[in-house]
Amino acid sequence: MITAERKPMDELIACVEPYKKILLVGCNECVTVCAAGGRKEVAILASALQMAMKMKGKDLQVKELTLERQCDPEYVEELAQEIKDADAVLSMACGCGVQEVAMRYRNTPVFPAVNTGFMGASERQGVWAERCQGCGDCVLGITGGICPVARCSKRLLNGPCGGSTKGKCEISPDVDCAWQLIWDRLVALGMQDRYEEIMEAKDWRTSRDGGPRKIVREDMSA
Amino acid sequence: MMEQFEPMIVAFCCQYCAYTAADTAGSEKLSYPPNLRIVRVPCTGKVDTMHLMRAFQKGADGVWVVSCLEGDCHFKDGNVKADHRVAHVRKLLKEIGVGEDRLEIVSFSAGMGDRFAQSATDFTERIRQLGPNPVQGGSQAAA
Amino acid sequence: MKTDSVIEKILESGQMVVTSECGPPRGSDPKKVEEKAELLRGSVDAINVTDNQTAVVRMSSWAACIMLKQMGLNPILQMVTRDRNRLAMQSDILGAYAHGVNSMLCLSGDHPRFGDHPMACNVYDLDSMQLIQTVYKMREEGKFQGGEDIQVPPKMFIGAAANPFADPFELRVARLAKKVKAGVDFIQTQCIYNIDKFERWMEGVRERGLHEKVAILAGVTPMKSAGMAKYMKNKVPGMDVPDDVVKRLTGVAKGDQAKEGIKMCIETIQRLKEIKGVRGFHIMAIEWEQKVPEIVEAAGLLPRPKID
Repeated sequence: MITAERKPMDELIACVEPYKKILLVGCNECVTVCAAGGRKEVAILASALQMAMKMKGKDLQVKELTLERQCDPEYVEELAQEIKDADAVLSMACGCGVQEVAMRYRNTPVFPAVNTGFMGASERQGVWAERCQGCGDCVLGITGGICPVARCSKRLLNGPCGGSTKGKCEISPDVDCAWQLIWDRLVALGMQDRYEEIMEAKDWRTSRDGGPRKIVREDMSA
Repeated sequence: MMEQFEPMIVAFCCQYCAYTAADTAGSEKLSYPPNLRIVRVPCTGKVDTMHLMRAFQKGADGVWVVSCLEGDCHFKDGNVKADHRVAHVRKLLKEIGVGEDRLEIVSFSAGMGDRFAQSATDFTERIRQLGPNPVQGGSQAAA
Repeated sequence: MKTDSVIEKILESGQMVVTSECGPPRGSDPKKVEEKAELLRGSVDAINVTDNQTAVVRMSSWAACIMLKQMGLNPILQMVTRDRNRLAMQSDILGAYAHGVNSMLCLSGDHPRFGDHPMACNVYDLDSMQLIQTVYKMREEGKFQGGEDIQVPPKMFIGAAANPFADPFELRVARLAKKVKAGVDFIQTQCIYNIDKFERWMEGVRERGLHEKVAILAGVTPMKSAGMAKYMKNKVPGMDVPDDVVKRLTGVAKGDQAKEGIKMCIETIQRLKEIKGVRGFHIMAIEWEQKVPEIVEAAGLLPRPKID
């Protein structure tokens, strides 16, 4: 999923301060799963903002609404009525959702309420960790199912570097050394020989370095 | 001087321990402040962030979450969950300017009627010192 | 001969190579470079010039290398893949080679987290392995990494680092084998304090015959004090400082610890000399360059060979 975290309240309060009526829009997808911008977080933020504004002597009207998927124009269309009454939109979706709303409704300012983080997985209740960088040319098949691009701090394709200590990364004892994980998994699979194949310099064009990316499915796009 | 401010405090009390502790206090004829509005909950683990926020939004001057002692939760670790949640909401309250000290979590066993009465009195006093919920104050100032 | 590098020539002659390093200043004063380098003249064969070491901004390695070259010394251009992409690195190699710099060391570099710009973007377009491949391809095929021909390809003698002490230990020989496969000519190791572990690593290296394909220069760093030993033991990732090293330093009076550190360094070199496959030494006297001549002399590594 795409992970996100709510922005600091100071920043959000500054965003809504000029307005009387805001539309606070959540998303039922990734940000719901990572508890950053689902229906519940929308309600909490609405309450927090209203209290904060009340302390400044203002009554902020907040209309709460959580879309099925904010990165999809079909669902964003559902805001058409509500947005007419709003001075501004505060979106709790990831950056994709915020932009979708901004594209569709050109005359209403849209503010992000969360900082979008990374593509990750849930390690345990309340803990999410980065797993994928979307490099566009997956190497997991040759690295034992553990991604060096996303999980090695130096994204080394031929690690581990000299900083790997007791399975941890040199940057922090809280970070696993991705190459230790890769090696352990290759051993478990009996595929140690793989390790000595040099991974060639990566073609980053398939990643962000090649410019903004797009996928077009000819069979689906008319 | 203003006349003495009487805070309104919402106390979310677990029915297995705290709520019974309040009862025990009563039967032992120990008095605690009438400022407490006790909400009986099946487990403090069930007290949601939204309940805490709404309590303040609707004018509570203080919110007290009263759970079972550690290890004694009837649902294994509802009280621990409540602990974490309260810590989280305290941060949020601080961020928005309501102040973190208006929200507290404590734990008692069902038999600790005296401790319940004493703590309730102390918490009420602390909230009295803090003064009225600023959300309400702000709204009055604006009016 | 693959290159004009003095390191290659000395190795070819069958003699031990001695290198040291010079960290460029955190400013643009050329005198700082000259002063440090001058301390090493006559004691070592070539001098590594570090590249934003420990992720702290310093004068560029290639610029300081040129200064050394102009002083008649032999610089080794260090290059980390952390700060520049493959275009920038290859253009720096061309430029340095045009000025007569013919040896280099390919590294990934410390993470920016440790430096003075922890907020910086870390590049890592290539890793150290792929940088070795790139420099090798430039030399042997006369082609850039991207495949285009180079007019007058740079002929660099290619070095890399190896840390026999990092985890997982069982990969340490394997990773060296990868670097050999990538085209490395010489290796400078991490500072050696745990000689037993280094010997175990060298056994693994010899078992695979890697010592015949790559020249291993054993890295040593004299301890200035017991405090430094403790710091390196506990705070520097990938560093292995055994307890008896710390104990020996704490065992002498504070004023004598530096002397003891030098003595230990010399003893280490003496022991390492006996290990088959060690082809020389890399003496990293961090901000203590003036001690290098003393160490080299006492370790019986003087005079340095005269090579044209």
